[in-house]
Amino acid sequence: MVNTSPMAFPANENISDSTAAGDDTAVAQVTGVHHAYGDTQALGGVDLRIDASRITALLGPNGSGKTTLFRLLCTLLPLQKGDIKIVGSDVASQALAVRQNIGIVFQSPSLDAKLTVDENLACQAALYGIAGRTFQKRRDEVLESLGIKDRRGEYCEKLSGGLKRRAEIAKSLLHRPRLMLLDEPSTGLDPAARRSLWKCLTDLAEQGTAVLLTTHLIEEADKADQVVIFSAGKKVAEGPPHELRGQLGSRLISLVVADPDAAADRLRDEFGLTVLRTQDSLKISSDVTPDLVGRIADFLGDSLQSITLGRPSLEDVFVARTGVHFDA
Amino acid sequence: MSHDAPTITAPHRPGPLTAGVAASWMLATREWKRFFRQRNRVTAAIVQPVLFWLLFGTGLSGAFRSAGDQSFLEFFLPGTVALIVLFTAIFATISVIEDRREGFMQSVLVAPVGRWPVLLGKVVGGAAIAWVQAVAFLVLACAVGTVPLGGSLFAAFLLLAIMALAMCSLGMIVAWPMDSTQGFHAIMMLGLMPMWLLSGSFFPVPPVTGSAGWGQALLGWVMRANPLSYSMLELRRLLYPAVDFTDAGFGPSSSVCWLVTLFATVGCTVVAWRLMRGNQKVDVIV
Repeated sequence: MVNTSPMAFPANENISDSTAAGDDTAVAQVTGVHHAYGDTQALGGVDLRIDASRITALLGPNGSGKTTLFRLLCTLLPLQKGDIKIVGSDVASQALAVRQNIGIVFQSPSLDAKLTVDENLACQAALYGIAGRTFQKRRDEVLESLGIKDRRGEYCEKLSGGLKRRAEIAKSLLHRPRLMLLDEPSTGLDPAARRSLWKCLTDLAEQGTAVLLTTHLIEEADKADQVVIFSAGKKVAEGPPHELRGQLGSRLISLVVADPDAAADRLRDEFGLTVLRTQDSLKISSDVTPDLVGRIADFLGDSLQSITLGRPSLEDVFVARTGVHFDA
Repeated sequence: MSHDAPTITAPHRPGPLTAGVAASWMLATREWKRFFRQRNRVTAAIVQPVLFWLLFGTGLSGAFRSAGDQSFLEFFLPGTVALIVLFTAIFATISVIEDRREGFMQSVLVAPVGRWPVLLGKVVGGAAIAWVQAVAFLVLACAVGTVPLGGSLFAAFLLLAIMALAMCSLGMIVAWPMDSTQGFHAIMMLGLMPMWLLSGSFFPVPPVTGSAGWGQALLGWVMRANPLSYSMLELRRLLYPAVDFTDAGFGPSSSVCWLVTLFATVGCTVVAWRLMRGNQKVDVIV
């Protein structure tokens, strides 16, 4: 599935009040949210702001709490502690108003495989109180903008993974939500379908919609306007990807050595470097020069198993903030 | 990126009741479409009860004695109709379990319509399918002469519609708290099938007085406590108005039978609704 044609999404017109929590661009505001499953703490005090016209990625390994936050935003989980407001409506007390303003694409397909694309859209429209000519107009708009107008009569069970995901997005756009929530949207998609999906999301954001997606793929989060990194139920970093990476300097040396603790001490003493110890490797983040790599290699000798020099990635940001590997 | 969305007033949205009814109608028609697009469901729901009817009806006819010299084929026919309704209700509601965890139902649960349209759509859709199948089977039975033609057939159709609603609501009560279809099958074998067996569908309700042993009496009381026994008796009366069932050991009046059926339907629906709107089940959803 490759769709390179420019996509024009219908602009949001359903809400005249574009403010949330008195802010011009914040579509959703999450404040002090805790959530536990029995004795297991899934979220431990999360604050988050989701802005209009931006793609925000919640990045974290499995079990980091991003899906719990996603479900809280979707109103699928009851809010235990904290406050979530979406377009001015409270998730706990005004769930129906919140649902009117969010479009959701679940990780697992929510299309009815036994119905056609058109029939699935009609089901969605009925759930959101859209009928008659309004429905027909919006249906044609979303089918056109997602490039699946010619597949509208097909049963969803016969569509490819990429087309199904597009039909899912078409469904969730029918009521013109202010906030699009997508749970691991790239799962199961081939590279071409992923590119097409990302094009859809970029176009949506350009039209003014706030897009929030969860992902455990570093390269996907890198394409977002804003990245929020989660670990063990807490937000460990937040900002545009280039800024987060920039915090680690322009270059990063990664080392795998036989005795990391001893090597870290020796490097600190010898070169005066800040050395970060992770589970089985060392990271040296600063504006290092390429010749330093050779000097470190010579200094460590046989105890060095590998040494690499590169630009910091979001994975490095995660490692730097948590001290553990990003095991997605 | 700039936010260039026009700021205009929100469009007219239907009220919660209108929106809820529209959503229910959509869910009900979806059940209908899905049913007829899955041939195996049509087969399972109608062929199996008919097979039971023919096999048991023929095989056990020699060892059976009931009111008005009915043959076992005739006696078992209302039970077969009830079984068609029960099987269809089970198949219509079991999909909720998987749908809720991953699938269509997820998008329904996050839509701004609340929970009652989900219940109403599912129950009415499932009940309509069950009712049409049961009526089709009865029409066939009339055509071959097993059931006499008469005005009371229309009352039987109405009773069947109420029974179908009750069984679909009961199916929702069982399906909603479940997190696996295996669990539903267990309840089906341990609860729903015995409920059908102990309703006078397969064998008559035994007397609890006179020469009845304690085992017979116990069975008799259990069957009297089963609301489906009352629906079955009334269905039997409506299908065979010429036969007198009052001397057969269990003979509450028609009005009692109708009332019990109605109360059971309302009761099942209310319980299903309370289960669905309870937050305690939300954790099961995800």
